[in-house]
Amino acid sequence: MSQPTTDALVFLAWLVGAAGFVLGLHQMNSPATARRGNQLSAAGMGLAVIVTFLWLLTPGNPIRPGGMGVEAIAIILVGFVLGGGIGLWMARKVAMTAMPQLVSLFNAVGGGAAALVAIDDYVHVVGTPELSISTAIFVVLGAVIGSVTFSGSLIASGKLQGLVPGQPITFPGSRLITAITALGAVVGLVVLVAAAAGILSLTVEVQLIALGLIVAAALIFGITLVLPIGGADMPVVISLLNSFTGTAAAMAGFVIGNPVLIIAGALVGASGGILTKLMADAMNRSIGNIMVGGFGTGDAGGDAGPAGAAGNVREVGVDDAAIQLAYAQKVVIVPGYGLAVAQAQHACRELADLLEQRGIEVSYAIHPVAGRMPGHMNVLLAEANVPYPQLKEMDEINPEFERTDVALVVGANDVTNPAARSNPKSPIYGMPILDVDKARSIIVIKRSMRPGYAGIDNELYADPKTGMLFADAREGLAALTAAVKAL
Amino acid sequence: MSPELLNALAIFVLAILVGFEVISKVPATLHTPLMSGANSIHGIVMVGAMLIAASADNWLSYLLAFVAMVFGAANVVGGYVVTDRMLQMFRKRQPAKPVAEAEK
Repeated sequence: MSQPTTDALVFLAWLVGAAGFVLGLHQMNSPATARRGNQLSAAGMGLAVIVTFLWLLTPGNPIRPGGMGVEAIAIILVGFVLGGGIGLWMARKVAMTAMPQLVSLFNAVGGGAAALVAIDDYVHVVGTPELSISTAIFVVLGAVIGSVTFSGSLIASGKLQGLVPGQPITFPGSRLITAITALGAVVGLVVLVAAAAGILSLTVEVQLIALGLIVAAALIFGITLVLPIGGADMPVVISLLNSFTGTAAAMAGFVIGNPVLIIAGALVGASGGILTKLMADAMNRSIGNIMVGGFGTGDAGGDAGPAGAAGNVREVGVDDAAIQLAYAQKVVIVPGYGLAVAQAQHACRELADLLEQRGIEVSYAIHPVAGRMPGHMNVLLAEANVPYPQLKEMDEINPEFERTDVALVVGANDVTNPAARSNPKSPIYGMPILDVDKARSIIVIKRSMRPGYAGIDNELYADPKTGMLFADAREGLAALTAAVKAL
Repeated sequence: MSPELLNALAIFVLAILVGFEVISKVPATLHTPLMSGANSIHGIVMVGAMLIAASADNWLSYLLAFVAMVFGAANVVGGYVVTDRMLQMFRKRQPAKPVAEAEK
């Protein structure tokens, strides 16, 4: 086979791989086809990777005309086994409650890889006529965006894992550092582009050092970008960083002139962008406002004790609550991040099963930003074998609360606060909420009266219809299940 | 701008539009697997890592290519496996449940 034919076949294989990504994502439209979609996408990836490897082995390929050497083969194989092995091990062993930090971690390494590809290409072409203005632009963009997502996602992952405090972290001058590093990266871009255009005459060493400084600035920027953002805003941050990594991969694709990187990167960039917008809309805040950070108090860690409540709060005992549930016709469970923290998804399903066996209609009301990543509650409940048709989105469930006998709130707070509808002075005013207060009665399982991440009191708790069951989510649900069984 | 660059830009813009079109219909139930699945797709930079490994001819490039390869492979393999693990859990109703249905 002549070399041009081989090259064309490789190109076509890449195209098939890219089509696999698009079709795979398309099948994510429905839970029934989603798994097949992901497998299709993986098959596309496998094809692109294997064909590229074989192509590079063949003498005559335009990347390494002699066929790649032993060193390159070793790098690829050892790198694949090492990285793939670590990835496989983590993906297998991670608990579903730790999913947000793992997704964030995989996002970090993806961004890092994109930055490295861009940097390496620059090392090759700098000082040669191959360095065009457009290459310089895409190298800097790929290196900057990739580095920002690398350090930013690591911080996000650390916050979610509890290694870095979840509350917004600000220190004197932190905003200044963010501004300086951003400015530095822009100046660096201008300098390197000017050098590539021949306007500035710089030695190869100076240009490489400049790129190194740009990368360092981008890494610091990523850290100072995510540190001030509170834990509850993580769904927005994670999807935004995911979008960044896609964009970085596309930039790397421009640098090395590879269409499959451009297509895949653009797809991910677009999808991450849409998710980010959806999450920000669900909080009635702009993406900019969230990224500025400093909002709220972060994770629900540590108890302040039952104090500081708004007005009178009625406490309800386990047995009373069990009777309310057992003799209801329609129960809606409202899960929040507290459910994930307490790993209470299985206890939750057990109670729901028991109620269903008594002929009670049970459904779950899922707020779009409940939890720490988009769709977090859905994954947790799916792990506990809750059938997905029982999980209702906000618009679907809100009209049903009026017909609901008992709304059982488990570890959710601000997304149920009626102040978002009624109090224009509230920091969360205008945020779409679950209309839990419209249910005939409400039971809230909560460890204490400690406010949610927004740091404000929840009027729902002072509602005469509301009974507070002070307990850890898992223990509270288990106690309720035992009490219903005993009836 | 070279014709190759213009072609690449056209591909980029069209792929973004395809991305918007394909993703905007995904229900909230699947947002996590969608994000995780998209996350695996950007692991395609591993192909970029292979290309730079093949053209490497000095220790710096070897090192960069190796780290990129490890990162990319972790992203690809881990991402797809964890997404599959999640999606496997999404069921309509397990066989044990119809009893509860019948009682209604």
